[in-house]
Amino acid sequence: MTDTAHLEAHATGHDSAHDYHTPTGWRRWVYSTNHKDIGVMYLWFAVFTGIIGGLLSGVMRMELQEPGIQIFRGLADMIYGVDGNVALDAGKHMYNVFTSAHALIMVFFVVMPATMGGFANYFAPLMIGAPDTAFPRINNIAFWLLPPAFILLLMSLFFEGTGPGALGFGGGWTIYPPLSTTGHPGPAMDFAILSLHVAGVSSVLGAINLITTIFNMRAPGMTLHKMPLFAWSVLVTAFLLLLALPVLAGAITMLLTDRNFGTAFFKPSEGGDPVLFQHLFWFFGHPEVYIMILPGFGIVSHIVSTFSRKPIFGYMAMAYAMVAIGFVGFIVWAHHMYTTGLSLDVQRYFVAATMAIAVPTGVKIFSWIATMWGGSITFKSPMLWAVGFIFLFTVGGVTGVVLANAGADRALHDTYYVVAHFHYVLSLGAVFSIFAAWYYWYPKMFGYMYNETLAAAHFWIMFVGVNLIFFPQHFLGLAGMPRRYIDYPDAFGFFNRISSVGYYITFVAIAIFFYATWEAFKKKRSAGDSPWGDGATTLEWTLSSPPPFHQFTTLPKIDSTNAH
Amino acid sequence: MAEIAKNHDYHMVEPSPWPFVGSVSILIMAMGSVFWMHHWTPWVFFIGLVGVLYTMFAWWSDVVGEARAGNHTPVVQMHLRYGMLLFIASEVMFFLAWFWAYFDGFFRLDDVEQYARVVATGGVWPPMGVELFDPFYLPLFNTLILLTSGTTVTWAHHALLEGNRKGLRWGLVLTIALGALFTCVQVFEYSEAGFSFSGMMYGATFFMATGFHGFHVLIGTIFLAVCLIRAERRQFTPENHIGFEFAAWYWHFVDVVWLFLFASVYVWGSWGVAMHH
Repeated sequence: MTDTAHLEAHATGHDSAHDYHTPTGWRRWVYSTNHKDIGVMYLWFAVFTGIIGGLLSGVMRMELQEPGIQIFRGLADMIYGVDGNVALDAGKHMYNVFTSAHALIMVFFVVMPATMGGFANYFAPLMIGAPDTAFPRINNIAFWLLPPAFILLLMSLFFEGTGPGALGFGGGWTIYPPLSTTGHPGPAMDFAILSLHVAGVSSVLGAINLITTIFNMRAPGMTLHKMPLFAWSVLVTAFLLLLALPVLAGAITMLLTDRNFGTAFFKPSEGGDPVLFQHLFWFFGHPEVYIMILPGFGIVSHIVSTFSRKPIFGYMAMAYAMVAIGFVGFIVWAHHMYTTGLSLDVQRYFVAATMAIAVPTGVKIFSWIATMWGGSITFKSPMLWAVGFIFLFTVGGVTGVVLANAGADRALHDTYYVVAHFHYVLSLGAVFSIFAAWYYWYPKMFGYMYNETLAAAHFWIMFVGVNLIFFPQHFLGLAGMPRRYIDYPDAFGFFNRISSVGYYITFVAIAIFFYATWEAFKKKRSAGDSPWGDGATTLEWTLSSPPPFHQFTTLPKIDSTNAH
Repeated sequence: MAEIAKNHDYHMVEPSPWPFVGSVSILIMAMGSVFWMHHWTPWVFFIGLVGVLYTMFAWWSDVVGEARAGNHTPVVQMHLRYGMLLFIASEVMFFLAWFWAYFDGFFRLDDVEQYARVVATGGVWPPMGVELFDPFYLPLFNTLILLTSGTTVTWAHHALLEGNRKGLRWGLVLTIALGALFTCVQVFEYSEAGFSFSGMMYGATFFMATGFHGFHVLIGTIFLAVCLIRAERRQFTPENHIGFEFAAWYWHFVDVVWLFLFASVYVWGSWGVAMHH
């Protein structure tokens, strides 16, 4: 960005605040057509749902801390007022309900709203020099559909699932039939299905808005090949959302008709095929896991570049690596289904295609390292989270290569090895990138600077905590401990106990996160427009903190020498 | 509308209640559909539906008003084109799910792992005992109807571009009539079907794919009817008529989906089997 453009954007940014009729009160939020307000609503929504999703996993870790069934039997007794063996069975079901709800909440109501809702909405328009998104009302309905979807999911927890006295859906986030059809005849599953429908509509609308914004609202001179990598990551992710979610919508619509209208899509006794559901689900599900991680790639690129005071290494390769990951993400889905009786040729194809993803992913990892190489690095908290992301995501990526092998997967399928793998890429990868973005952009969004010591403590304690939770789960999985069970043989006790201790440490870290956020709002230390120095070159740092209600009333001009 | 000092052509949309009202209506409709499916009451669903329909009407009325107020500058029109194309792309992926289900039955009919299925279907597709439609009877007629309607909507478009109001009117009227005729023929065909939505998987895939398509024909017909009303109120000019363009795009999309359905479900799927006339 040139100095003139910098000043120009700056000046108009401040002026515009007076020219607009800024809506006030509840209407400002409920009727919002402002991408920054909507982004902030998404973020607070994700914080709220994150508390619920995180607490659900806490109860699971307490249960698994020792062999035997201790917590859920009492919970069932307390909540349903049953006892004895009835309480035991209800407790087992409730454990499964907790795992299912934890996964669905974390995927659809925490990670996606935080990255594609919050940060993408807030910062993609700023980075490309746009005054807002292309469809502000659609942006708002995309947000406001999420609380209804979440309410539907919560309602499902309190309606009959498998039978009288067994509330909620306990078939896992993959909602495979027949467990999700004849296995759960009660309304709980229907609520969950419709929750996913509504969340899916929200995501598709959000994706249409973001793609249009990025294609059509870049500032004069900002070609696609000059566009910041976060905007690239949002563009690719939005395409994945647009093309993957309708397939899930189709699949769960068929579940709904199988359940309620007597169709036989997934009933073998009437010519149907339960594996069909798995194909449809994973045709959505695999792009979905990239939907969760790709925005993180973009975020981490900016943070690594900013705090190394160097432009990102291999910008073009970084951008097209994400495009490649997005594309290949659509043609690897059946690696989730090696044990369903796929023919050997089909398995061979999916092994090879899945392995191929390691290439563009490697491009990203090595380019981040090359960006840091020779840089003048400062380990401010966003950089800690970004480096933590790179380390943890690499661990998860490497175990992913192991699982890509159909042969190895025979032994590891549905074990804790898989649980460890996807938590390393998601709850450690994606969530670390969310916290990285939070600490990187917090001063920009709210105008205040947080306490660096608290932020660093949050990072280090959480880093230790999550590794303690999930690293031992590799050992448990290799030893054969299956996922989605409330109990296990005594031999698995040691690593399970360590894993649960890791949860408590992580809990402390999250408490520090809330305290740090509260402290920053209370102390009101002014952050300044560009707190991260010369390394931060993208357009959002040319604006005030927080930016004016409508920025770029005169569009910034990007010259030919600009960096990303 | 507030005065906005801006030096660009983007449309800074005013705050609007419709996204929130629509979301609440969808929540009511979703809850109501569970209540209905579990035989408690259909009314909650219909209350939500009314809210959704009202939101659509009010929201799109606002958009039409903004268009007439001059907010749809060339760059904003380009936004809308991107948006419509992306929406249609997502619809294509929705249809992919139904086609996938159909071809799963078609191609994977004798997998050794799928023992129970082979017992049910006899290892053939369509499954044993399912009597099909003759594709070259009503389905072919419907294909011709839709293809013809594709030409009449293009006629209307060209008339609009040349400022020929009469041509626009009659092109649209004919397109809407052909769309309605297609729906009537489809309803008649459904009533004659030798299989049903429930029971054997063939009926599920057939009625889901063609029914979802039929629903889209209905939406497209309504969309075109709205365009006819707007044309009669002289809201379209040869330069500015993206509402009409989108209705035409949507109509062509529905047309193309039908061609795929006709080729794969009706013709290919019935090759050499017993027919129902």
